[in-house]
Amino acid sequence: MSAEFQEARWNEPIIMEIGRKGERGILMPLAEERVRNAVGDASELLPEDMRRAAPPALPEISQMRVLRHFLRLSQETIGTDLNIDIGLGTCTMKYSPKVHESFVRSPALSELHPYEDEGEVQGILEIIYRTQEYMKSISGMDAVSLQASGGSQAIYGNAAIMRRYHEQRGDKGRDEVITTILSHPANPGTAATLGFKVITLYPGPDGCPDIEALKAAVSERTAGLMITNPEDTGIYNGRIREFVDIVHEAGGLCCYDQANLNGVFGLTRAKECGFDMCHYNLHKSFSSPHGSQGPGAGAQCVKAFLAKYLPIPTVEFDGKRYFFNYDRPDSIGKLRKFYGSPAVIVRTYAYIRTLGAEGLKQASELSILNNNYMLQQLLKIDGLSMPMGQGKRRLEQARLSWEKLTNETGVTTDDICRRIVDYGFQDYFASHHPRVIPEPFTPEPVESYSKDDIDEYVEAFRKIAREARETPEVVKTAPHRAALASQIDEQGLTDIYRFAVTWRAYKRMKNGSEAREHGHA
Amino acid sequence: MSNSKQGVSRPQPHGHPYMPNSVPATRDEMLRSLGVPRVEALYDEVIPDEVRLKGALDLPEPIRSEFELSEHVMGVLNKNTYIGGRQRSFLGAGCYRHYVPALCDEIAQRAEFLTAYCGDTYSDHGKAQAIFEYTSLMGELLDMDVVSYTCYDGSQAAASALRMAIRLADSPMRSVLLVPSTMNPEVRSMLTEYCRNVAEIETFAHRPDGRADLGDLSGRLKSGHIAAVYFENPSYLGFIETGARQIAALAHEGGALCVVSPEVASLGIMESPANYGADIVCGDIQPLGMHVQFGGGQAGFIASRHERRFIEAFPTYMYGICETKNEGEYGWGRALNYRCSHGSRENANEYFGTETGLWAITAAVYLATLGPAGMRELGETIIQRSHYAAKVLSDVPGLQVNPLGGAFFQEFIVRFDGPGKTGKTVDEVNRALLSRGIFGGKSLVKDFPHLGQSALYAFTETTTADDIDELAGALRDITRR
Repeated sequence: MSAEFQEARWNEPIIMEIGRKGERGILMPLAEERVRNAVGDASELLPEDMRRAAPPALPEISQMRVLRHFLRLSQETIGTDLNIDIGLGTCTMKYSPKVHESFVRSPALSELHPYEDEGEVQGILEIIYRTQEYMKSISGMDAVSLQASGGSQAIYGNAAIMRRYHEQRGDKGRDEVITTILSHPANPGTAATLGFKVITLYPGPDGCPDIEALKAAVSERTAGLMITNPEDTGIYNGRIREFVDIVHEAGGLCCYDQANLNGVFGLTRAKECGFDMCHYNLHKSFSSPHGSQGPGAGAQCVKAFLAKYLPIPTVEFDGKRYFFNYDRPDSIGKLRKFYGSPAVIVRTYAYIRTLGAEGLKQASELSILNNNYMLQQLLKIDGLSMPMGQGKRRLEQARLSWEKLTNETGVTTDDICRRIVDYGFQDYFASHHPRVIPEPFTPEPVESYSKDDIDEYVEAFRKIAREARETPEVVKTAPHRAALASQIDEQGLTDIYRFAVTWRAYKRMKNGSEAREHGHA
Repeated sequence: MSNSKQGVSRPQPHGHPYMPNSVPATRDEMLRSLGVPRVEALYDEVIPDEVRLKGALDLPEPIRSEFELSEHVMGVLNKNTYIGGRQRSFLGAGCYRHYVPALCDEIAQRAEFLTAYCGDTYSDHGKAQAIFEYTSLMGELLDMDVVSYTCYDGSQAAASALRMAIRLADSPMRSVLLVPSTMNPEVRSMLTEYCRNVAEIETFAHRPDGRADLGDLSGRLKSGHIAAVYFENPSYLGFIETGARQIAALAHEGGALCVVSPEVASLGIMESPANYGADIVCGDIQPLGMHVQFGGGQAGFIASRHERRFIEAFPTYMYGICETKNEGEYGWGRALNYRCSHGSRENANEYFGTETGLWAITAAVYLATLGPAGMRELGETIIQRSHYAAKVLSDVPGLQVNPLGGAFFQEFIVRFDGPGKTGKTVDEVNRALLSRGIFGGKSLVKDFPHLGQSALYAFTETTTADDIDELAGALRDITRR
């Protein structure tokens, strides 16, 4: 994309400030006359102290203006469909086939109530059940639940299984979970939520977690290992089987974070690596759109001896009928209301049926090819490097560093991340926290992008690196052609006394601070 | 390494539509650039042989064309019976079929929002504004200043709201969460597992009419161990908690917080819990523009007043408003991230992940479209229709309608083995209704055995008086035999 890109910039007011009293966006159905005659006024049906004293101060806006407002906001958003979405590494921004949207918009899914008689929902139960079977094959595990509403909730579910497993065995002292600093934050996050102490391993010079540190960390207190592989760096830990064996010997369970499966479809599985459990994000490798951060879905896959702990209910098949099984006394219970994100499961099903075994493996192989090709081109840029694991090939993604460019020009990864928007790409994912690699940048060119797309993407960074040396102010003051072209005062994000998450709170804060200023004057 | 029998690397005469570099000539060009002969060479040394999958995944043969895929998937989905057309439904119990305004579908389907993810302040300015508008609109609906970004669903919202209460407790001795025995059993199941390492969950007693037994509550609150009292209003079983103000007052007297889950569709006419004493309000926004979608339209919210200790106790993302050098220009970003696991891993309040952002944007469209008048009409139509239904069904011999008595909003219990006795079980009634194109109420037989053969019937603005009359006629017919 040329530097002439210009994102839509509508300067839309906050919706709370639009419209006038009396305007209506929609008229709702009113109760029929015979209903009103039979029951009387609505307010009389409520106990007096439960009647709303003052109507909610929502804006009053005519329909077309509401539409225009949100359409304009949508134009100020760069989704995967609109750009070469290589920048959000670890997120696997692949093409979400449009035909899938016709399935999930169909009333045959959208107007299904979760408590319908099972005989009336055999279609969706069949899709859930078959998708579970595919997940068994893809993971090599023995039992699957698709109830989780996202990847992190699936990790939570696996951690809850780990907790219950040790409790049921009366193994009370196992309160430590081991993870790695380059594993997704949901691993330590869910473990700590469930009361585990977290031990974090750091990478050695080869970019892989230090196996000696693992040996030192395991003990009779080890509940389990929660680890991502390949990690955020795209480095595949080739000794993963040894890690698993060490934890098993210590009596712990092993949970494999496979949120991003895009580098290993059909090449290696949780089973071959010896894991007891794994999880997938169905909105990443399995093509569902990310929906401005959800709804997603997660697959929990476990070995047979852990199947009884999976969330209630499971979806099963007796040879004739698909049904929910609630009779599972050892289960960790519900993960959420109802059963997962059915729309995401339908898209997953359609994706697997489209690609089959060969196609999924091909997707991984092309992701690896794309990434290695992209890295070869990107690393020709002076100032960009790939620290850790020198000479090691990455699989589907990589964590790079602008450290050299920063040292030489003062332009940081955050500056470049803003500047790239001026070229028509969405801002990129630098790193999870903490930033183990300085000035990080984590691209992931999945199988959806062509060689020409990758070349175009690389070219934009080549130009920005040149700008950093020749006209650094242009980069430091970016973005210039985004929907929002001036930099924000970040105090609103970091200072709790400048923080407001609703318009009413913001207005109150402003009025308060203005009043204080006038008072001092 | 040769798996050529699997044919993965078999040259194809054309590319796959989803994989441009599957065109052999392109692939070979890239391989030449890398100086490797085959794709396998890129991972052969990376993934050791001992963990390699030998053979192919056991999956069905691919479906070649988009047309055939569509025929297949819709063929399976069309085995479902969906609500609409001639199919009536009186199912609710935490998932409600409301009218979804055309604008909600229009915006939720926009590719920009549908396919965006965690792009931030500068590339996704519009998304961030829409999310801030969602929290701002919810703030007005709830009359509260702090509203979370959407979490997975109402059960996650309740669980996190209760863990907030534990974090906010003035003493570690306060480790008990009091919940009603009448609450949504799915929410109860979820939050029990979620909270049990930080709190004990106990139920408080209820009166015969289902409402809280204030005497029992008051006694328990004297222990000094209670961190929070939680209740739903209206309750899962449909009734309005008439003692809401007293419960909140008792909680505060006992040094505990009051956490309330309201029904968002009622808030055009019902008071927000913020105004009868709730410190934290939580719940589900599915009624605000989301299709029932077999339960996939759920999304949770948590809200509180604007106090530092409350704000810091939230576990979810929050999009804070920021100023720029230009007067009246704003931008947004994820604020105070040390609260979240993405910011501080195991030191966070709780974990947080990709949850339900698209439903936040959709709910913003819904609330902006309905405005105060639409929300009032929504609430009025629902409560009038549900009360009409109670009247009409009460005329059916043998049915015990609203056996708990008293006020309700959109749902009530119908009991089939009450004093008049129909001689039918809920399952028998529901099967008979099904053959007449009606989904009867959600059976309560397993979850609330003390209510006997009872079912929970729900009514919304999409349930017409004709639907209700038809239901009454069908029940009269079924229970007469």
